[in-house]
Amino acid sequence: MRYLPLTEADRSAMLDVIGAPSVDALFADVPAEHYLDAPMANLPPHASEMAVERHMRALSKKNLAAADAPFFLGAGAYRHHIPASVDHLIQRGEFLTAYTPYQPEIAQGTLQMLFEFQSQVARLFGCAVANASMYDGSTACWEAIAMAGRVTRRDKVLLSSGLHPHYVSTAQTMAKFTADEIEYTLPALTAETDFAALAEAVDGETGCVVVQYPDILGRIGDMSALAETCHAAGALLVAVVTEPVALGALKSPGEMGADIVVGEGQSIGVGLQFGGPYLGLFAVRDPKHVRQMPGRLCGETVDAEGKRGFVLTLSTREQHIRREKATSNICTNSGLCALAFSVHLTLLGEKGLRALAAENHRLACKAADRIAKVPGIEVLNTSFFNEFTITTPVESRQLVRDLADRGVLAGVSLGRLYPDGDGRQTGLVLAVTETVTEEDIEVLASTLQECLA
Amino acid sequence: MPRYFTEEHEWIDVDGDIATIGITDYAQAQLGDIVFVEVPAEGRELAKGDEAAVVESVKAASDVYAPVGGTVTEGNAALGDDPALVNTAAETDGWFFRLNIADDGELDGLMTEAQYKDFVATL
Repeated sequence: MRYLPLTEADRSAMLDVIGAPSVDALFADVPAEHYLDAPMANLPPHASEMAVERHMRALSKKNLAAADAPFFLGAGAYRHHIPASVDHLIQRGEFLTAYTPYQPEIAQGTLQMLFEFQSQVARLFGCAVANASMYDGSTACWEAIAMAGRVTRRDKVLLSSGLHPHYVSTAQTMAKFTADEIEYTLPALTAETDFAALAEAVDGETGCVVVQYPDILGRIGDMSALAETCHAAGALLVAVVTEPVALGALKSPGEMGADIVVGEGQSIGVGLQFGGPYLGLFAVRDPKHVRQMPGRLCGETVDAEGKRGFVLTLSTREQHIRREKATSNICTNSGLCALAFSVHLTLLGEKGLRALAAENHRLACKAADRIAKVPGIEVLNTSFFNEFTITTPVESRQLVRDLADRGVLAGVSLGRLYPDGDGRQTGLVLAVTETVTEEDIEVLASTLQECLA
Repeated sequence: MPRYFTEEHEWIDVDGDIATIGITDYAQAQLGDIVFVEVPAEGRELAKGDEAAVVESVKAASDVYAPVGGTVTEGNAALGDDPALVNTAAETDGWFFRLNIADDGELDGLMTEAQYKDFVATL
């Protein structure tokens, strides 16, 4: 049997059907300057496995890894300590080898784990029902916007200026293919969130308002009044949580009236992993909205003998049954990351999560107080959890590079997050988790002072 | 009050300008236990053939189409609490929605009860 099944005739038959002159024509959207018309220059000849390994190891040493330096980066991805037992448990064959269950009810263990994950997310978010997870925080955020449109039949979307800019751009990209009108302005460097201004902007055409909690600058706003304004206008309030550990210390969005609460679950149980795979969290406060939810949903039931069991439920929302009328084109979940989240949260327990949150906040306060003493530095926030914004007398993007050269990973500059944003280039977002030591804070402060001198 | 039927297994009662629309007893029996019904909101404008409602059973989810065009005057709120009403009383209390008929002429192609019985017998 031939391994390559396509003949030239097969190819041209397929191209004829879709009306493309050639395979290359399918890539017409790739700008011409990015085409390679010859082999890459300076590509060395092939080498032995051992030589490649040695070469790659030498290359990797050029990195300054999160674990090798005082590390203050956050802005949507957080370094937390993950107990060794989490990795051990998720690598058990029963869990690791199980992909999305195609004959779900036979995989009772997988379903029970998903049910427990959903229960944890729902409780953390102050919601009635959470789904079995989505790809990541930004896509979960878009799914919430799309769901709000189905519920309200309105297409005007107000995004808070405090929403993570990557989430904003995901929403803007997706909205190109829908009728949604997205309103968004860049954040101002103020101590207050823009929740009050958003409430002013809500009108009878608003489908949903999307806020982040804590927001991209680390600010924490009470969204209760905004939720009331939204509900009075027939709109839904969507809350985005990029750092769920914060909910070990803060009132949940659901308790404040947010209708859909979504987030990034990476910070619990899932490492930084070079940016992915991550874990989208999705929950609704009011059970009446469950049928408009995207994604897989696991439910508890009893079997023919009256024993507790689990099923995938309300599947009629999903693509394999509803086709193009499904609530979402997402019909799987981030199983392994959800498991890691669930195992870590189970090991922490409610008490552990509260203690972890308290420790994060204690260290962040310590860091803010210490850094505020560096001449020229001002702390923007009057409220924060484990992340806050400072302003520096110079462009922070270059400052971060200077600090990295001195062995300190000092945070995410607003110049990097908002490359075109005037007036934000002096801002720097610093995250302080339990992985930061008091010595790290001292090193950050003194190196910062050195760089600014 | 004349009652009409469609090949999509909907029934339509016409009372003046108002049409009451539901699915037939045959349809509910084919669907099995009905667990959810989504009815159109009051004021929605429907053209003949538009998707108007969704009916979900333990086996499948199906769309219900508008057999005639018009403006929805009422969705059956009782189905929200008790979707099984469609199983027990498909052609009476289990109606889906009412609309104000835009064009009487659209009723012309629909089947009578006798024609629908003959149609079902061929399935």
